[in-house]
Amino acid sequence: MSSTRGPARRRWPGLRRDAPYLWFVLPAVVLYGYFFALPVLQAFQYALTDWDGVSPDYDMVGLDNLTRAVSDDSLFTNALTNNLTFLLTVVVVQTLVSLLLAVLLVRNSRSSTFLRALYFVPAILSSVSVAFIWSFIYEPGDGLLNQAWSAIGLDGMRSSYLGEPGMAIVYVGLVQAWAHIGQLMIIFIAGLQQIPGELYEAADLDGAGRWGRFRHVTWPLIAPATAIVVSYTTIQSFKAFDLILGMSGNPPSRSLDILSTRLYTTYSDSELGYAAAQSILFMVIIAAVTVLQRRALRLTRQEG
Amino acid sequence: MPGTPALARRAILGVYALIIVVPLLVVVLGAFKSRRQLVDSPLGVPTSPTADNLTRVLSTQSMGDAFLNSVIVTGVAVLVSLFLSSLAAFGLARIRGRWGWVVFAFLVAGLAVPAQTAIVPQYVLWRQLGLLNSLTGLVIAEVVVTLPVAVFILTGFMRTLPPELFEAASIDGASPWRTYRSVVLPLSRPSLAAAAIFLFVITWNDLLYPLLFVSTPDKRTLPLVLLGFKGEFLTDYPVLFTGVLIASAPLVVIYVFLQRYFVAGLTAGSSR
Repeated sequence: MSSTRGPARRRWPGLRRDAPYLWFVLPAVVLYGYFFALPVLQAFQYALTDWDGVSPDYDMVGLDNLTRAVSDDSLFTNALTNNLTFLLTVVVVQTLVSLLLAVLLVRNSRSSTFLRALYFVPAILSSVSVAFIWSFIYEPGDGLLNQAWSAIGLDGMRSSYLGEPGMAIVYVGLVQAWAHIGQLMIIFIAGLQQIPGELYEAADLDGAGRWGRFRHVTWPLIAPATAIVVSYTTIQSFKAFDLILGMSGNPPSRSLDILSTRLYTTYSDSELGYAAAQSILFMVIIAAVTVLQRRALRLTRQEG
Repeated sequence: MPGTPALARRAILGVYALIIVVPLLVVVLGAFKSRRQLVDSPLGVPTSPTADNLTRVLSTQSMGDAFLNSVIVTGVAVLVSLFLSSLAAFGLARIRGRWGWVVFAFLVAGLAVPAQTAIVPQYVLWRQLGLLNSLTGLVIAEVVVTLPVAVFILTGFMRTLPPELFEAASIDGASPWRTYRSVVLPLSRPSLAAAAIFLFVITWNDLLYPLLFVSTPDKRTLPLVLLGFKGEFLTDYPVLFTGVLIASAPLVVIYVFLQRYFVAGLTAGSSR
């Protein structure tokens, strides 16, 4: 490009310099665009139809699919309620337990390193495997947990777990937390190790106790790590598709149905247009939850 | 009472260790027990270890095929995804104009969008291209779903490489491709390893795409076969546990030997 092409160069400053590197980016962009980004956009188009996926013709139904999901489909609203309960259980349990363990294992010693590695193990197993393990633990008859309650004389604690309509999804939330606490603990440990020791010394001089140290030094300074953990956990809770299918079977029971499994079931029932509409609502719901969480986290940080 | 916090710490860590170990132990031991034995003493050492469960799992035929399919799909998908994402990451680390950020944002936005949102149009696309019931179709799906996280991890690393390095390479007359191959790739080995492990875990364990795109028995992967066990063997837990052991064995072996990459990879993948 010669200097006589002045205006063009001003509009794209540095293009000549960057051009060779754009070729490196191209294969990933094309593949990802064609096989993922484009389908996401097409979902909006499908959502306006009643296509079953097979027949050559279909009708445009406008926003009927969306109104059906929001106001006329108890299966969808049930899945949404379950998903929010699941999300809440997982975010609370996973964040608190992994933070607690991180605080206890923050110092590098041989025993800490060993325990970190041990706690991490469930994160490498497939969700289907994890689901089978916990199906046995939650077996209503002589599952591991019921046997344990009986062994320590607490027969009153025996339960049918996944057979309890209101609580089933909470029990599965605990399984999800079990599988990922070790992984999130590592993120918290990395965050904790960046807090300068002098701050704790200053807190000690001010006469802060254990709780004071945590409240005024650790908690405010760990906020970035907390934000990462919470947003990761949130996306995970919406993605928890294999865990649900593994624990409940395919299609899942009503009490364990969440949004991702619901939209998959709708798709399996050959209601492609309706499933596409559900996937759009799914995206909107995730975006809304993420925005709300960001606000809430910012508020707690300002307080701290 | 100086001893109390230390004691409480030990108690919490010990209890949590049990919460992790006991379920895993039940699975490993249970795979060699009869159903009766598993219920009677879930934590006991198998008194008369049996290979029946293994025989039953292997006699379903699908397990051998599934293992091979999983190895092929995971192996190819991880390599392709790593290659494409390392190219992209190198490009993104070198691009100075604003479009660098646009492309990065486009590729990484996939991290916030669950794969399930695209399944309906994807199914139609895969069908049009004749990619249903084929390992190629699965590889493409897995590459696409792992690209965002791989680009994220590798770009993060490559942006930390000193600019002088690239200047030195270009003064020596190295082309961008040469710089990528001979300078950047060798330096990126640790982060490539971490990304590889992260992608390996995601791809090996993925259930969604096999479930969507595979209906013929000979193209099924391990998680799909494992899920089928639940319908086939119902509550025959020793058989289910044997399936879990077979499906998890490769990951556990890799974890034991490459633990530090595992932790680095799974953590980098979630820090965003």
